[in-house]
Amino acid sequence: MIERNVKLMQGNEACVEAAITAGMKFYAGYPITPSTEIAEISAERLPKVGGKFIQMEDEIASISAVIGASIAGAKSMTATSGPGFSLKQEGIGYAVITETPCVIVNVQRGGPSTGMPTAPGQGDIMQARWGTHGDHSIIALYPWSVKEIYYTTIKAFNLAEKYRTPVILLLDEVIGHMRESIELPNEGEVEIYNRKKPTCLTEEYKPYKVKEGDIVPEMAGFGEGYRFHVTGLVHGETGFPTNNGKIAEELIRRLIGKIEDNKDDIVETDEYLLDDADIAIVAFGSTARAAKSAVDTLREEGIKAGLFRPITIWPLADKPLVELAKKVSRIVVVEMNLGQYYLEVDRVAGKYTKVDRFGRVNGDLITPQEIVDFVKEV
Amino acid sequence: MLHQELRLTGSGGQGLILAGIILAEAALYDGLNVVQSQSYGPEARGGASKAEVIISSREINFPKVNKCDLMLALTQAACDKYYESIKPNGILIMDKSIPNIPARDDITIYVVPIIETAMNSLGYPMVSNVIALGTIYEITKIVSKASLEKAVCNRIPRGTEELNIRALEEGYNLIRNHKEECYGHGCRFN
Repeated sequence: MIERNVKLMQGNEACVEAAITAGMKFYAGYPITPSTEIAEISAERLPKVGGKFIQMEDEIASISAVIGASIAGAKSMTATSGPGFSLKQEGIGYAVITETPCVIVNVQRGGPSTGMPTAPGQGDIMQARWGTHGDHSIIALYPWSVKEIYYTTIKAFNLAEKYRTPVILLLDEVIGHMRESIELPNEGEVEIYNRKKPTCLTEEYKPYKVKEGDIVPEMAGFGEGYRFHVTGLVHGETGFPTNNGKIAEELIRRLIGKIEDNKDDIVETDEYLLDDADIAIVAFGSTARAAKSAVDTLREEGIKAGLFRPITIWPLADKPLVELAKKVSRIVVVEMNLGQYYLEVDRVAGKYTKVDRFGRVNGDLITPQEIVDFVKEV
Repeated sequence: MLHQELRLTGSGGQGLILAGIILAEAALYDGLNVVQSQSYGPEARGGASKAEVIISSREINFPKVNKCDLMLALTQAACDKYYESIKPNGILIMDKSIPNIPARDDITIYVVPIIETAMNSLGYPMVSNVIALGTIYEITKIVSKASLEKAVCNRIPRGTEELNIRALEEGYNLIRNHKEECYGHGCRFN
């Protein structure tokens, strides 16, 4: 019999363990509540697996170091919370245009600004999507349990490598800090994706040329013999800056398209009792846990409710949401903000069904009973 | 079906979150579902601190405790803040140092000299949390003794196993040998 490895683990700890399993070799960060354990545990764990941890002077330096390490070939991660996530936006945009794989964890807290450091909030949904300037797409994942943090962290690394893009992992304070049982996979049970490296002659390497049949350009590591130039300016296949409008148009369309055109591969959703549901609750993270309990209570009272849970927050799960909207008479979006994901759900589902929102911003979790009451009221 | 929600309260630095982790881990060893969470203020020491543990034989969705079956209070401030959250017929274990006993006649209140025992009998105030775990065990038997002792030893600094097992035993004994006028079942307020 295979020995199972069941442990009581904190969400933030599971994130680090998963990152290491996914191949993380570099972490740069500036600690901030409620993400600090991710830095702490990375500092302890990375040197033991031949990796490097560095505490930088601030968040911009952290994301910059992460991008540099990734360009040098190391799978890299940083973690922060709201205020630090704001600061990292500049670097996230740089990672988007330079197509540098990296994982940015945002353990959300109440905001704006320094807000409520130790209280949960889900106010960074839109910042994850549009926090950095310029037209772009992004991948953001949103787990709801310690176990799922483990698997979505690995997925975040895999997607970052596969699509050469920054991937954001959104956690709730309460999910990052709570402890649950988790069964760790044995070696070889997890699928790991590594970036595709060039095999051509060094003088033939074009760092931003996408080979026929590939999604992204092959990525050489700095110092491995391939010479290439990296810039935040619009660039052609050679990696050198250009103001050529045709090249700019092609580049931006390709960067957005590599994500938006591969939603079938990227987007993951979960559902509970939706088959015969009349009312669908849409929720993510800790709020979805309350919603699941609420669904059970509503069913006991004869109301056919179900739960739709986006695990991939960005890109938007528009196709599944439209399908959902076509079969239920009402959608209720529950989130710990005053209606961010709601705007997107209403945009794609609003023409097929009624979409309501239930939000809260006082730092307390939304309880199952409050969801039950809201659903019955409207 | 087993489903118990516990809230451990006091001030930051009293080891309540660690106590919550230990209790959760013991329940995990017993094969139960468990969620442990906490909330605290921005301070490193002092300030209100609470750890919550849900132990259940079924899947746990909502991760936070609302109304609790059992509450531990090590400070007056925490006791005052949370005692109303105890379910009717629930249990309150409060440290003897807390002067004001909450006015509730629908719960069982144990007034137990946890901190005093840690200071005077064991000489280490920091084992108050483990003594408290001993009292919780003796009252509820919510986890097995073997699992609790294993979980304690798994989470404490190496070399302090003997001290901490003694602390657990002090906790068991505080409940077993309670004197009516000072703590234990005799303190049930009707």
